[in-house]
Amino acid sequence: MNTEAVKAIYFNEMRRTRKTLMQSIASPVISTVLYFVVFGSAIGSRIQSVEGVDYGSFIVPGLIMLSLLTQSISNASFGIFFPKFTGTIYEIMSAPISFFEILIGFVGAAATKSLIIGVIILLTASFFVELRIAHPFWMMTFLILTCISFSLFGFIIGLWADNFEKLQLIPLLVITPLVFLGGSFYSVSMLPEFWQKVTLLNPVLYLISGFRWSFFEVSDVSVMASFITIMGFLALCLVIVGVMFKTGYKLKQ
Amino acid sequence: MAEQANPIISIRGLTKTYKGGHQALKGIDLDIQQGEILALLGPNGAGKTTLISTICGLVKPSTGSVTVGGYDIVTDYRKTRHLIGLVPQELTLGAFDLVADTVRFSRGLFGLPPNEEKIDEILTDLSLMDKKDAMVNRLSGGMKRRVLIAKALAHEPRVLFLDEPTAGVDVELRKDMWKLVEKLRQSGVTIILTTHYIEEAEEIADRVGVISDGKLLVIDEKSNLMDTLGKKQLMVDLRTPITQLPSQLSEFDLVLSMDGHRLTYTFDTQGEQTGITALLQAVSEAGLGLKDLNTSQSSLEDIFVNLVHKEQ
Repeated sequence: MNTEAVKAIYFNEMRRTRKTLMQSIASPVISTVLYFVVFGSAIGSRIQSVEGVDYGSFIVPGLIMLSLLTQSISNASFGIFFPKFTGTIYEIMSAPISFFEILIGFVGAAATKSLIIGVIILLTASFFVELRIAHPFWMMTFLILTCISFSLFGFIIGLWADNFEKLQLIPLLVITPLVFLGGSFYSVSMLPEFWQKVTLLNPVLYLISGFRWSFFEVSDVSVMASFITIMGFLALCLVIVGVMFKTGYKLKQ
Repeated sequence: MAEQANPIISIRGLTKTYKGGHQALKGIDLDIQQGEILALLGPNGAGKTTLISTICGLVKPSTGSVTVGGYDIVTDYRKTRHLIGLVPQELTLGAFDLVADTVRFSRGLFGLPPNEEKIDEILTDLSLMDKKDAMVNRLSGGMKRRVLIAKALAHEPRVLFLDEPTAGVDVELRKDMWKLVEKLRQSGVTIILTTHYIEEAEEIADRVGVISDGKLLVIDEKSNLMDTLGKKQLMVDLRTPITQLPSQLSEFDLVLSMDGHRLTYTFDTQGEQTGITALLQAVSEAGLGLKDLNTSQSSLEDIFVNLVHKEQ
């Protein structure tokens, strides 16, 4: 194992974050604050509570998930796409490093960034609403698993994309709708019965539900279902990456 | 340099066909000796970059094998790549990186622990010390080229590939670069450079290989190449111009200049008889007065153009 190389990629990516601190860390925080102002205060003041939880608090897990998913994907996809775009990937491809090590470096860095963002949003939220975390262990488990699996997913997108449009395609057309329709801002029980059933097909619902449960012990689906979903997604991403690795997908001619 | 027992790079029957069907390499056999400077000449699209990229691991070979330091580039890629440094043709650098950061990154990527002294030494060799904390995208093209070389040297490779190193490079950097190449060679580093500037090969290479259309047309020591494939010309300047060749000279392969002052005789240096004595005798028999005699030898460029033309 070329640990020096993994470290080099990891810290190189983290250095990139530090240099684009405003964009990487501040922007998700600002957007979260905006959500709180709009949904928490303006609209939330007219909603008493959801499932016994104050609405302002209720949306916190969903907001964190919203940022986590989009940030993990964009960080990891951009991290591997950019060297491909500029051509600097030649160096990584000619280095004594395996695909798996490249993966750990890039995905590890992207997941770390997302985790930091998640924690910052959590802290930011605690200034606005009273937060109670019933199951800290499960909260961290969901947080970390989500960061890793969606960073992995972002890495796959970054490898697959050969232009900027493709890079944005899945996050915009698939992930954002799934997150908004996955109960970030509401409980599924608030929907008409037909749409409740449709929503149950949305995997993101399971992530948000499980994560919310770790805070307030209220959930739309069982915690086990949430856990299986995130583990299943992680496994799926690993399989895809494994296939890409075998074929040298789009990296080697 | 005769064939040695253990070449640092050994290429056997290497072919590469790209997905689109383009066959970039059509069976290359080549041994590269430890410590030599080898120049690969060839027109654009000849397969030079594909050959280099294959050895470095950027391109998968279709058939054939390559070993570096005795290790196979596919099965033992960690060992072979560790031995190799690559300076690519394009100026590909992360735009917002600092010079020192990007060189440190390269060292780590190739598996070596950080070593600031070594980094400083490399930057000094490339006259980059004062640019150490500069952002890469603020540098001129020549400076970027130096940074790429520094990156390639960051892990102290035994083999250095320079792909078109002097494309768009000013005279000063060229000189610096050849100085560095010489210094590296003295420390035992093997250097392989591709170029389509023949002067470059003529200037620094020990051996020259000519690649065209995916095939290695010829490879030999530079001096041998010029001896065997080179032609010499004898220029005979006449005291008084003539309008046509006298009959005594008709059996020689002569060209008369437009103004009638000069006869040019082309001969093969490898031939049994150059025919010079006979020619000069014939000239004097024809009653022509001599003003001056000159000989010139064809350059590597002429040889190269000849070879590639013959091939096409």
